[in-house]
Formats: sequence, C-alpha cells, structure tokens
Amino acid sequence: MDLTTVVFYVFALITVGSAAVVVFSKNIVYSAFALLFAFFGVAGLYALMMADFLAVTQLLIYVGGILVLVLFGVMLTSNVLDVQIRSGTMHIIPALFIVGALAAILLLTFWSTDWTTVSGFVPMEQTGPEIGELFLTRYLLPFEIASVILLVALIGAAMIARRERKA
Amino acid sequence: MENLMQWLQEPGLMHYLLISAVLFSFGVFAVVTRRNAIQVLMGIELILNSANINFVAFSRYSWGALDGQVIAVFVIILAAAEAAIALAIVLNIYQNFNTINVDEINQLRD
Repeated sequence: MDLTTVVFYVFALITVGSAAVVVFSKNIVYSAFALLFAFFGVAGLYALMMADFLAVTQLLIYVGGILVLVLFGVMLTSNVLDVQIRSGTMHIIPALFIVGALAAILLLTFWSTDWTTVSGFVPMEQTGPEIGELFLTRYLLPFEIASVILLVALIGAAMIARRERKA
Repeated sequence: MENLMQWLQEPGLMHYLLISAVLFSFGVFAVVTRRNAIQVLMGIELILNSANINFVAFSRYSWGALDGQVIAVFVIILAAAEAAIALAIVLNIYQNFNTINVDEINQLRD
C-alpha cells in the first residue's frame, strides 16, 4: 500500500463516518459539527483527485460559510438553554426501504456501467488558471447568471429574515 | 480474493463513486426521516456534496478536462445561495410557529 491509498482511505473514512453521525445523531449540535468533518473529508478527496482549487473552495465556502450559517440556524431556532435540542425522527422503516432501494440502484448502475477511464493521464500542476479561463470563455453565461443568483439570494435572504414590524 | 485485494489497493473511479453513493443515501435518509428542518437542510448539503464528488471524479478519470470541476464550482455557488435562503425561511417559520419541526408546520398563513 502506498501513501496515496492510505490517505484516500483516511479521508473516505472521515467523510462517510461523519456523514453517518450527521444523519444518525440525536443531538442537532453534534450533527452540525459532524457536518464540518464531512465537508473537510470531501475537501481532502478533492485534493486527492488533483482538484486543488476546488478543495480550497470547498473549505472556504462550505466550512467557512455554509457551516457557520447552519450553526447560526441551530442556535437561533432551538432553545439551547432548554433541553429541547434533541430532534426526533419519523417513519424510519419506509425510509430505510426507499433509501436501500435507491442505494442498490445507484450501486448497480455504477458497477454495471463500463466506464472508460483513461490511464496514463498526467494531471496538470495547478487547476486554478485553467478553471478561470473556462469561466471566462466556455462558461461565461452560467458564470454571470450565478453572480446574479447570488445577489438575488442575498437580498432575498435579508428580506425574508428581517423581523416584520406590524403597523 | 486476490482481485479484491488488488482492487482495494488501487483507488480509482469506482471508489469515489461508491463514497458518493453512500453520501447520497445518507443525505436522502436525513431528508426523509428528520423532523428538524435544519437537519433536513444538512441532508441536502450531503446530497450536493455527493454529486460534486461524482463530477470531480469523472473529471479526473476521464481525459482530464476540467469541465467537471467548473460545474462543481457552480454547484457550490448554488448550495451557498440555497443555504442562505433556506435558513432565512427557517428563521421566519420559527418566529411564526415557534417550532421548526417539518411535520408540525402545516399551514402557509398565520
């Protein structure tokens, strides 16, 4: 076993294990913190797949942004001082069937498809410049639309979350 | 047996696809079973991450084009926007209903 394999399994274990904690933990604060490690593990997997720019982006936006938002949501909506931060589950048995079927179909598809992988491909040293070029050439329109969506989401979130003053 | 050991020792496309399938299943399970709206949101984030892993894995193990990574960046952007909006809605619901359990919120007006 070489080092890459070991690192891959470490990150895979972190990701899957933390995701399991996110899903199965009764305490929502534990879930939120496990989500941090899940995102971190996914960032590690990106780095292993030679996507350095994406790994850093994942760390910045997910761990730095979305996770803080989620934690704010947890703190603002559950009475942390009371004991009421436990969260219940509902209809687990049907959900198990559905999720099991979904996972089986996914795995079957992944196994049975004959993916053409290219071996002997040398990954580029850094992906940042290339991705930037793609953004401003082939993906210019989605890029601009994404910026508009971010602006709209910002304004919309501020509008929705503002405390209404009843006249 | 020999083949399995060989397979386990060389992480390739299939390994990443397996991880993403597991993450996706966990995410769907959280969305379906959790009562707390914020944990439903966490499930959605897991699903988006699993899709992203697939995009990047195919980008890496195909002929090396970076299109998959660009799409993954777009997914991250949309996830950020979605999280902001969803949490704003959750806060608003909490102010109106004093709960964020998705099975107790059953009307759209006050």
